[in-house]
Amino acid sequence: MSIDFYDQIQKFVGLEAGTQDGHDEVNQAMIRHWVEAMGDENPVYVDAQLAAESIHGERIAPPVMLQAWVMRGLKHRPESGGSPQDDLMNVLDGAGFTSVVATNCEQEYDRMLHLGDHLRTRTIIDSISDEKQTALGTGHFLTTRVEYETLEGEPVGRMLFRILKFKPGTGRSVSTEEESPPRPLRPRPALNRDNQFWFEAAKEHRLVIQKCSDCGVLRHPPRPRCDKCGSYEHGAVEASGKGTIYSFVVIHYPQVPSFDYPLPVGLIALEEGTRLVADLTGAEASEFKIDMPVILEWQDLDPDLTLPAFRPVKL
Amino acid sequence: MSEQNRLKDAGAIVGIGATEFSKESGRSDLQLAIEACEAAIFEAGLEPSQIDGMVTFTAETNPEIEIAKNLSIGELSFFSRIHHGGGAACGTIQQAVMAVNAGVADYVVCYRAFNERSGHRFGTGVQDRPMAANAESAHFAWYAPPGLLTPAQWVAMFATRYMHEYGATSEDFGRIAVADRRHAANNPKAWFYNQPITLEDHQNSRWIVEPLHLLDCCQESDGGQAIVVTTPERARDLKQTPVIVRASAQGAGTDQEMMTSYYRQEMAALPEMGLIARQLWNTTGLGPRDMQAAIIYDHFTPLALPQLEEFGFCGRGEAKDFIRDGNIELGGNLPINTNGGQLGEAYIHGMNGVAEGVRLVRGTSTNQPPDVENVLVTAGTMVPTSALILGKDS
Repeated sequence: MSIDFYDQIQKFVGLEAGTQDGHDEVNQAMIRHWVEAMGDENPVYVDAQLAAESIHGERIAPPVMLQAWVMRGLKHRPESGGSPQDDLMNVLDGAGFTSVVATNCEQEYDRMLHLGDHLRTRTIIDSISDEKQTALGTGHFLTTRVEYETLEGEPVGRMLFRILKFKPGTGRSVSTEEESPPRPLRPRPALNRDNQFWFEAAKEHRLVIQKCSDCGVLRHPPRPRCDKCGSYEHGAVEASGKGTIYSFVVIHYPQVPSFDYPLPVGLIALEEGTRLVADLTGAEASEFKIDMPVILEWQDLDPDLTLPAFRPVKL
Repeated sequence: MSEQNRLKDAGAIVGIGATEFSKESGRSDLQLAIEACEAAIFEAGLEPSQIDGMVTFTAETNPEIEIAKNLSIGELSFFSRIHHGGGAACGTIQQAVMAVNAGVADYVVCYRAFNERSGHRFGTGVQDRPMAANAESAHFAWYAPPGLLTPAQWVAMFATRYMHEYGATSEDFGRIAVADRRHAANNPKAWFYNQPITLEDHQNSRWIVEPLHLLDCCQESDGGQAIVVTTPERARDLKQTPVIVRASAQGAGTDQEMMTSYYRQEMAALPEMGLIARQLWNTTGLGPRDMQAAIIYDHFTPLALPQLEEFGFCGRGEAKDFIRDGNIELGGNLPINTNGGQLGEAYIHGMNGVAEGVRLVRGTSTNQPPDVENVLVTAGTMVPTSALILGKDS
């Protein structure tokens, strides 16, 4: 960045970027569109009768809609003869900082807005940063302070608005994490009345084994009826998490995006006597062997799925 | 199991028909099914209107009524479907034999057809299957979330344990693939016609899921196969020399799971196949030494080994030695999968194996061993399954 350029843009700081009147008064139609788009169902914005009974006494505009009442719309910024803010943007564009992203917005409200209020803004260029390297690219943060008042001159609120003007293509070198779509979730277990307790316990990091309430036999996978004594009553005991590898596989194909490959998966013989299929972790795929002692660790895969995994016991 | 199976020598296969076996048929699944059924009925020397029963798999997507409509079969007095994937193959024939003996149908067509390479690929398993909260879907809750999603992966868990228990090696599995491909190389209908492999090729093929190499896994194929069944009495008046269904059996073992019977005391065995073997031997009075050839279901090579053990061709854990000694080759004591099997010919869910069993008894296999009297045909493994003994009409 040249000193000259920095000086050139710093000259805009403190300048009043002009005043602008809202195209329309605060009105019900725009409010309705806004609250429907936002999914805000508060009746005080749209229901005259309910609003009359509220502490506001009449319908109000959503406060955070403040900025919407005075916007340029789809009209392009003039290349010359515009406000100082337009000039500043043209200077930045000319230096290659052609991309823009909004980064911060802080609003203060003096009072609620009602139908029929007609607003005007006064914009001051508050600050311009020196050149910053950001994830998006090299650029300058530009902060404006916008004062909102009625056409009659009554202040109603103000806003600090910050954007980043940056050079496209100068961001952090392409990281695959940013480029590739987010990893899909693992296949969902089909949950029903017979197996749900096990997955719920797993979410609490408890590895449980179904236990017959009458004869006490342990069984996995769980089932409604005890094949030893015929009982339909059952509870669960918590496993110690210790076991050995009874069998295992190392998966290479097909490669499903929700997993990392090669993927070792084991059939674990728990010390309680039941067996269980679970991921193997904590070692290279080639290191797993039948009869290897393993110990439980938990995988919190997503908010709805926690699964046990087993890693070798370090001797 | 009943000790009074009355289906000894009670059925006859009188017609077999298939489409070509390919990777892209270029036509609908339904058309494949119709073509296969039409070919089998024609081969039997029957008119479609004589067909009054149809049997297929629950996995089949071509309804018997659609095929009946297209072939002008007209009325059907018997229809039935068998569950559990490839385990159904020989079970469809058993259904037909029961039906013609019960008098509810005279001529039954059993069939299976799909575009399972160019259409929905079988090898994808359950990775994109919607999960309902019923018991059949909930079963997969123990396997899909940690990553076991495909048939190869479910089988591999068995294979690792089997290798551990009995000292079988990847090369022993490879010998099944090599034999299959050698037979396929001499079968013009096989996808891998003229493309034999060596044990080295097998060992060098990429991992799919350890301990399975690519060449341990059967193909995905497009194609259809149909079989016509009637009573031996009716069969003797038809065009083809009858092939007798000397016995047929289904089996689900104790603590059976669909592809994941991982919780049995002895995991490295196929007790459901043992149950079937007992039924077949009891019904016929025959034994392993009376079989001159066998079609051993080979969706994945490791599962061929315990089948040989369950039927008593060798002792428990000795299949590796039985194979190393060359018994499964042409010229050996029990040539297997003379059509190339599902690794070499095509994967039509075991139905093409039934057809090869018929050819072996007729003496028309492209790899025909001499003096074949009886042939064992098995269906899918690690699922509730089925098998047949096919033999000459005495």
